Amino acid sequence: MDDIPPYPPIDPTTFDLIVIGTGLPESIIAAAASTASKSVLHLDPNPFYGSHFSSLPLADLPSFLSSHSTSPSPPHSPSSDDPNEFSLLEFATRPLYSSIDISTFSPNLLDQHSRKFNLDVAGPRVLFCADKSIELLLRTGTNQYMEFKSVDATFVGDNKGNLWSVPDSRAAIFKDKSLGLVEKNKLMRFFKLVQGHLAGEQDVKISEEDLQSPFVDFLNKMGLPPKIKSFILYAIAMADYDQEDTGVCRDLLKTKDGIDQLALYNASIGRFQNASGAFLYPIYGQGELSQAFCRRAAVKGCLYVLRMPVTALLVDKDTGCYKGVRLASGQDIFSQKLILDPTFKVTLPLGSSPPLPLKEKLPFFSLKDDKGKIARGICITKTSLKPDISNFLVVYPPRSLFPEQVTSIRLLQIASNLAVCLPGMFVLYISALCNDDDQGKKLIHAVMNTLLTVPLDSESNAAVQSETAEIGSAVQDETSESSSGGPSDSGEEKPTLLWSALYSQELTLGQVDFICSTPMPDGKLNYNDLIDTTFKIFQEIYPEEEFFPETSLENPEVDGDASPET
Amino acid sequence: MHGRPRKAPKPEDEAASSAKAQKLRALQTQFFTFHHNKIYTKEAVELSAKLLEINPESYTAWNYRKLAVEHYLNLPDCNPDSIKSVLDDELRVVENALRQNFKSYGAWHHRKWVLSKGHSSIDNELRLLDKFQKADSRNFHAWNYRRYVAESMKRSEQDELKYAEDMIYTNFSNYSAWHNRSVLLSALFEKKAGGFLLKEKVLPEEYEFIHQAIFTDPDDQSGWFYHLWLLDQTVTTDSPLLASSWPGHGSDVLLVGDRCYNGSAFSPFSALHSDSGSFPIVLYFNQPVGGVNSSTVTVECGFNKNEDLFWKPLSASNSQTARVWVAHLKVPSSDLHSTVEVSVGHSKGIISTRGFVYSHPSMFSFKVHVQPMERDSSQVSVAENISLREENFKVYGTQSEESIIDSFDQLIIKNGHETTASNWRFEALAKEIECFRELLSLVDCKIGKLTLARLLKAYDAMSYPFANKLVHSEEVLELYSDLMKLDPTHYQFYKDEHSIVLLQKVTSSKESLLQHCFQYKDSASSAICDPICLRLNNLSLSRMGAFEKLLWVQMLDLSHNELQSIEGLEAMQLLSCLSLRNNKLRSLTALEPLRKLKSLRILDISYNQIGDQSIDTTSIGSRNSKMNQKLL
Repeated sequence: MDDIPPYPPIDPTTFDLIVIGTGLPESIIAAAASTASKSVLHLDPNPFYGSHFSSLPLADLPSFLSSHSTSPSPPHSPSSDDPNEFSLLEFATRPLYSSIDISTFSPNLLDQHSRKFNLDVAGPRVLFCADKSIELLLRTGTNQYMEFKSVDATFVGDNKGNLWSVPDSRAAIFKDKSLGLVEKNKLMRFFKLVQGHLAGEQDVKISEEDLQSPFVDFLNKMGLPPKIKSFILYAIAMADYDQEDTGVCRDLLKTKDGIDQLALYNASIGRFQNASGAFLYPIYGQGELSQAFCRRAAVKGCLYVLRMPVTALLVDKDTGCYKGVRLASGQDIFSQKLILDPTFKVTLPLGSSPPLPLKEKLPFFSLKDDKGKIARGICITKTSLKPDISNFLVVYPPRSLFPEQVTSIRLLQIASNLAVCLPGMFVLYISALCNDDDQGKKLIHAVMNTLLTVPLDSESNAAVQSETAEIGSAVQDETSESSSGGPSDSGEEKPTLLWSALYSQELTLGQVDFICSTPMPDGKLNYNDLIDTTFKIFQEIYPEEEFFPETSLENPEVDGDASPET
Repeated sequence: MHGRPRKAPKPEDEAASSAKAQKLRALQTQFFTFHHNKIYTKEAVELSAKLLEINPESYTAWNYRKLAVEHYLNLPDCNPDSIKSVLDDELRVVENALRQNFKSYGAWHHRKWVLSKGHSSIDNELRLLDKFQKADSRNFHAWNYRRYVAESMKRSEQDELKYAEDMIYTNFSNYSAWHNRSVLLSALFEKKAGGFLLKEKVLPEEYEFIHQAIFTDPDDQSGWFYHLWLLDQTVTTDSPLLASSWPGHGSDVLLVGDRCYNGSAFSPFSALHSDSGSFPIVLYFNQPVGGVNSSTVTVECGFNKNEDLFWKPLSASNSQTARVWVAHLKVPSSDLHSTVEVSVGHSKGIISTRGFVYSHPSMFSFKVHVQPMERDSSQVSVAENISLREENFKVYGTQSEESIIDSFDQLIIKNGHETTASNWRFEALAKEIECFRELLSLVDCKIGKLTLARLLKAYDAMSYPFANKLVHSEEVLELYSDLMKLDPTHYQFYKDEHSIVLLQKVTSSKESLLQHCFQYKDSASSAICDPICLRLNNLSLSRMGAFEKLLWVQMLDLSHNELQSIEGLEAMQLLSCLSLRNNKLRSLTALEPLRKLKSLRILDISYNQIGDQSIDTTSIGSRNSKMNQKLL
């Protein structure tokens, strides 16, 4: 990224909107603005689409993470005096990732096949078949640029390595082997109550008082046993924090919200004939989603320039109003509005006070990190955590792994049939909300230790290496795990870890001002909240415009061969 | 399709449908011309295809096509290739018709007919079926056809069982799939195929399986149907059994010329007035059987030849199978003390309606004492003035209780093999009872209550011969009373069940039965002895039952009940006096069983509702007119 290829100057030089960064929120806004006939310039300093929402080759992931882990060198040109009528405010990048920890137990294999991997930076993430992202994809016709496969099941894990299937539908309850008859009856009656309530049946209405009370209290009131309560709260309603410990719970789910979550889950099951579970995952990874919206935007006339860093903000000397940006190529581009990727922040020239009007607006650029962090982990194995099933979600409810665990840990296993890794391999995405890096590491490690065999550095490293070298030549060959001869505990054959990346990510909210900043990937499993925020940002910058009006579907323009890249 | 609300047609729909009708009429007219003139040209056949595509219900068109196929197959230049192309055409037409309406009987039948010609590949059929069963997994036409195809292909029951199971796992509210499972299991039981040899191994697993469905969603009907089938499989013994007889084993029968008998040594349960010179032997089986005759049942006594005995089935319909069979043994008019031995089923031939052979030969014997008539016939008329008035009855049991104890026990046939009756049945029922008690503690569920009542009843019936009492009858009666209140639409059904359980309870023990036995004593009568009358009046009975315990009854008071039917009463061959006063009998048809009661002399059917309905299509012959007279 240091040597920027000579770009021809961008023409025209004035746009309605400049969007910097191609993460999902930015891409959706670019597509929405283009659809609303705005002239849009979409820039990204990276050579790929997706920013913090991208899917990257194995070798590129660590460098991407570390490039966002430190504040870069202070602005090289402190002079903000410009011959023009503009003040220059330098861009700096925020440190968004910390305690990055990459472990490779099989360098040969992974180096040689780095490009065969598409690793999500913001995993684990799925789309609920009936959630807002699917609605948006369908409404905008963006689905034509993507393909999905079903995530086949959800499990709840325990500290012994067991995975219990979540009875999330009538058929699943019937089929379930772990629930007793009474539990089945209670759970199904609860589902029916919720369905009846949602359908507006008079005799099964849940009272307003109950709706406003904590969901966990309502579940207790319904007499649901702890096991089922845990399924509903953490594996269906996807609650993040321990709902039964109000001391640590930062996000106590109300019955109303819990029921909305159940409704979403329920509507997701069976929505698409060939999707057996409630979730979808895009082939080639989550990064495809950003890219698809970029294509959508390009079709509507949005101009794309990748590998184009932006160095400074152009501000009117007198009014302090935003005017445009200066590109790394030296060119100045002007626009009415600006959308910024959360990577960027504006630094003030040392020792100089900003123009007065700008001063008042600057607090919006301050980093808000009171939401804590999210710990993420990516593991690569060559055996599935569960035989006969390759793509699935595992939830570890609070306190399921160790007593101090206050947040849910989610794990998503994705197999090579989704084109995210070498054939015969599996990618595990793990995440958990946490207060700090140490707590985050502990949470991710707890899952890894429960489910995986982590080779003990050099000696076993060598064993794995020799073994994986063999797979490298014939990757589809399913060799027996025991041939590695490694010490496997208690006879249980856990998948062996080949590669892992652990990191903590800042959670920043979107900010809205005359310059808007989009949010970082949140701690949720799907994109619903992000899409809500994106919608709000769009409304803020274009209050008079409709967010993808219905008519845009009626005449879907065919993309043709034109690539969105310029 | 299921679960889709019907919508009122919009005006444009109606216009479209009338246009369609017009087109159809034109097609039909032309089609009939071809059909009547036996024109089977290519154009004519194609026209019928077009017609069927629009209206797959047109039977005539299907039949026309069958004729056309026969016509082509009989052509002299017919070769295997042309046959195949003709039949393939038919399959295509059927497929198109089914796409229009996959519940068309005619279309499915036509497909079967084409396949039965034997020239078409059957492998294709399963693929087609998969498609249809995916579109509507409960479509019973498809399931029916599937059974046909599976049989033709010689696909194993196990494979089909797996298929049904997969369908159930997809959606367990699939009555057709459960039904198919029951059909397949029945076939395997019958074949005693490997692994399906023992019901006692398979049924508990099936119970376990169906519990998952019932507990998950007790409101869903399909699971309950399957459970009912399992219950039936659990309680019914394959081979029929003799349940009771009259006269009972070891009893003494006293035949007297008039209504009285001498000598208190004889129980009133087995003293019989006979002026026809014969008495009946009644065999009561636990299920309808056929093939009862003098070779399958032998009666040995000094005064009658077995071959002369004519066994008659007693059933409402005049079928050759019945639960109750009767033969009349002629007795000499002189003094007689003789032993009669009856052997049932020592030679094969008695067979249940379900095709199982009576395989537990049993034997019973009794003594007959004939006391010739001492009075002249003019005094017989006394009997005809019997009046079932309250003051005429005395509580029975002040005297000779011992004889009654004996007689009561004699009413039950003790089948030795019943004691070996498989324990698994008991265990299965006990487990089910526990299971459904638990379900009812969770939800208030009508069908759950009904099932529990059925289970308890079955359990009692099974344990009765050993326990000699019905442990759960109070609970069962309560359940049915509950159901009558909860589910008024099926009130009559619950009421009938309630009546039968109540009767079983009354007849289950000597003590309870004695409470209903009264001595008839008419102040006007000069008779020396008093007949026993069984009074089951004022019990709010809507049906009669427990006949196997009541074969001995000669006088029966069923007045002040709610009887709408007296079905089964034909088993009570000794009945001579019957009161049906104050009941809810609505028609003479309801009295049909009385035709079979040859000893009946006195009948009271006053205060019923006969003729209340404007239409009574009854046609009781004049032969019985004598019987219909009211004697009060």
